[in-house]
Amino acid sequence: MRATLYKNARLLDPANGLDTRGALLVRDGKIAEVGSQVFVDAIQDDVEVVDCGGRCLAPGLVDMRVQVREPGDEHMETLASAQKAAAAGGVTTFATLPNTNPIIDDVSLLEFVERRALEVGLANVHPYAAATKGLRGEEMTEFGMLAESGAVAFTDGEKAIADALVMRRALSYASIFKRTVVQHPEDPALAREGSANEGETATRLGLAGIPAVAEVMMVERDLRLVELTGGRYHAAHLSTGAAVDAIRQAKTRGLPVTCDTAPPYFALNEGAVVGYRTFARLSPPLRSEADRLAIIAGIADGTIDAIASDHAPHDQDSKRVPFAQAEPGGVGLETLLAISLELVHTEAVPLIDLLHRLTVAPARILGLPYGTLAVGGDADLVVFDLNRAGKVDPERFASKSRNTPFDGRPTEGRVWRTVYRGRTVYDVTTEPPLPTRRRAFVDA
Amino acid sequence: MTDALSQLARPASDDDGRVYPHRHLLGIEGLTRPDIDLLLDRSERFVDQNRQLDKKVSSLRGRTVINLFFENSTRTRTSFELAGKRLGGDVINMSVGTSSVKKGESLIDTAMTLNAMHPDALVVRHSESGAVQLLSEKVNCAVINAGDGSHEHPTQALLDALTIRRRKGRLDGLEVAICGDVAHSRVARSNIHLLSIMGARVRLVAPPTLLPSGIERMGVEVHHDMERGIAGCDIVMMLRLQTERMKGSFVPSVREYFRYFGLDVDKLQAAKPDALIMHPGPMNRGVEIDSLVADDIDRSLIREQVEMGVAVRMAILDILVSNQTEPWSQNSGVNVQ
Repeated sequence: MRATLYKNARLLDPANGLDTRGALLVRDGKIAEVGSQVFVDAIQDDVEVVDCGGRCLAPGLVDMRVQVREPGDEHMETLASAQKAAAAGGVTTFATLPNTNPIIDDVSLLEFVERRALEVGLANVHPYAAATKGLRGEEMTEFGMLAESGAVAFTDGEKAIADALVMRRALSYASIFKRTVVQHPEDPALAREGSANEGETATRLGLAGIPAVAEVMMVERDLRLVELTGGRYHAAHLSTGAAVDAIRQAKTRGLPVTCDTAPPYFALNEGAVVGYRTFARLSPPLRSEADRLAIIAGIADGTIDAIASDHAPHDQDSKRVPFAQAEPGGVGLETLLAISLELVHTEAVPLIDLLHRLTVAPARILGLPYGTLAVGGDADLVVFDLNRAGKVDPERFASKSRNTPFDGRPTEGRVWRTVYRGRTVYDVTTEPPLPTRRRAFVDA
Repeated sequence: MTDALSQLARPASDDDGRVYPHRHLLGIEGLTRPDIDLLLDRSERFVDQNRQLDKKVSSLRGRTVINLFFENSTRTRTSFELAGKRLGGDVINMSVGTSSVKKGESLIDTAMTLNAMHPDALVVRHSESGAVQLLSEKVNCAVINAGDGSHEHPTQALLDALTIRRRKGRLDGLEVAICGDVAHSRVARSNIHLLSIMGARVRLVAPPTLLPSGIERMGVEVHHDMERGIAGCDIVMMLRLQTERMKGSFVPSVREYFRYFGLDVDKLQAAKPDALIMHPGPMNRGVEIDSLVADDIDRSLIREQVEMGVAVRMAILDILVSNQTEPWSQNSGVNVQ
C-alpha cells in the first residue's frame, strides 16, 4: 500500500499529552513516523501527501458503548451501517452491546458478530458478551470461552445486574480472565414504572419518575462488591452527580473502578423531554441541571474516565408513540465528537483531556491497544475541524436510524477525514450528495 | 373611541370582542386568565339553555365530532356526546373494544384514519400522558383532551371552576384543598393549574406515597394531615383512589386510608362552616368519601359538577369548532414527521 503523509496538522496524542504542529506518516496501515519533524522524500517513496490545513489529527475515537441491531432488527442498524456511521463520526473502534435478538450470550453468536463485522472492515468492532444467560440476571455465561473468542468485557447491556450474589460472582469470576464487568447502574425496582427523571418536570407532564438515587444506590452496592471481590468494575453512562461522587471516592480508596458517560448527560437536561419528545427518552433518563453540571465536573477532573456515544438506534414505530411507551435511547455515533467538543468550546475541558476520554481511556478500560498515535500502532486516525460551524442533520446520517436527541442542534467542530488501518474510510469532501428527502403526506 | 369605531374593531364573536386564541384544548397549562374567563362566561349561557325544555341549538350543524376513547369512560363520554348533540352537531363514539387499536394499529395511524374522515373536532381520552398532544400533531381538526394519563383533564377543571364560581361568586382568593391520589390524577394537575391561574390558593392533602415528587414547586401547599390540610378552606375537592392502588402498593388498606384521608363529617369540621365538597366521580363511597358527606345537599356539589360538565363541554366545542373557518384542505400542512 502506498504510504500517506498527513502534513500540516495539529497532532494530538492524549496518550502522552502531545499537542503540536507536525505531520504523521502512515506506511502499511501503521503509523511510521509522527512529530513536528517528519522527513520524507515524497518522490522517492511515492508518498501520497494529505494537507490537513492545520486541522486537528488525533487517534480515531474509541466508543465503548454501541448498540447494533444485528442480529434481529437489521432494519434499525446492521454491523455494516453502524460501521459507516462510526466512520462518519470519526470512530475507528467500538464495542457492541449484547442486547440483540438473539442475545449474544454464547460463543457461536459472539463469533457471528465478529465475522459479520470483519466483512465490512471500516472499524474495529469488539463485542461485549452477556454477563448472564439471556440477560436474565440469573446464571453466568461462559466467561472463559467467550473471553477467548474475543468478548471484550461482560455486561447485561441496558439491564442492570440486579441480584447482588450474581454480581458478586460475576466480578470475582471475570477477574481470572482479566475482564471487566460493565454495569447499567439503575435499581430496577425504583425505575420500574418510570420514563423520565423524577421531579417537577415529570410531575408536570404526568410521567412516572425514575429517581436519581436509583443510579447511585446500584453504584454504591456494586462498589462494596468490588471491595469484596477485587474484580474490575465499570459503571456505564453515569447521569447523576451522586454516582460521580461515589466513583470519585472509590477511586480515592484505590478500587479498580472506571466509569463513562454519554453526550446527552452533559449536553442536555430533563427539560429536553418537555412536549413529550420521545427522542429525548433515554435510559437512564435525562437528569436535572445540577446533575448535568456534576457530570461535566466529573469529566473535567477525570472521575469520569470515558465518553461513549451510547448509540441506540430505534425505528420510527418505536418512537412515534406516547412518551412512556417509547423505546429509550438515541443514536450517537455521528454526533459523539461534535457534541463532546462543546465542552472544549465552553472551556469546561481542555481539548487534549477530552480526546483522552474519547480514545485511549476507553481503549485501556477494555484492554485494547488503540487510541494513541504511537509509532508502530495501527493508523486509526481522525482529522477534524475544531471550529467548523454546522448543525445536526439526521437526514445525513449513515446510521439506519435517525432518533437523535440533538436534531437540529448547532455544532462547532466536524470530522474531516477518518482513517482506519491506513485507509480513508470517511472523507467529508467526497461525501455523496444528500439523498432526496423522504416525503410523507397525510393520506387523503 | 366612538361606538361606531369599536363596533368596527369587533371580531366575529359575541363575547364582547374576546377571542379564544387556541386551536386545541390539550391542557390548562398554557392558558391565561382571560382564556379561562371566556370559556367560563360562555359556559354560563349553556347552563341556562340546558335547563330549557328545548335544549338544542344549531351552531354545530353540519359539523362532526368524534369521541375517541382509548380508556373506558361513561360519564365524560356521555357528557361530550350530549354537548355535541345539543349544539346540533353529528357525534360519533369510537369505542376501543371494537376499534382497530385492539388489532395493533398505532395511535398515529388511528388518528390519521379518523382525520381522513374530516371531523371538525376529536375528543380524546388515553391512558398515556402526552398521547392526546401527539395525536393533535397529526390531525387538522380541533382536539380536545378528555384526559391523558396522569397529565391533564382540562374540561374537568373548567367544570369544577364553573361550579365553584356559580356558588362562591369568584375563584380569586379562595382556599381550595385537593385531597387524595394526586400522583395519578390528571384532575388534580389541571385543577392546580387552573385554580392558581385564577388566583385561588391550593393545598394538597395526601399521604407521601400518593404525591408526585416536586409537586410543591407547582405553587401548592402540601399536607399529610387531613384536618390541618383542610382547616379554614372554602372548597374540599376529593379525588378518586383506584382500587388497584389501595391494597398495599400505595396505601396499606381501604380502612386505613379512610381513617386518615377519607372525608367524613368529623374531618369536615376543620373546614370553613360554609365549605363545599366536590368530587370528579365516580365516587368510592367509604374509601375517600363518606356517604353522609357526599349526599349532603347543602354542601355537596357533586351533582352540580355533572350538570356544569355538559355546559362547559358545549362551550369548548362551540368555540373551537367555530374558530375553524377554512374548509378542510389537503394542503393543511399536517406532517407525518
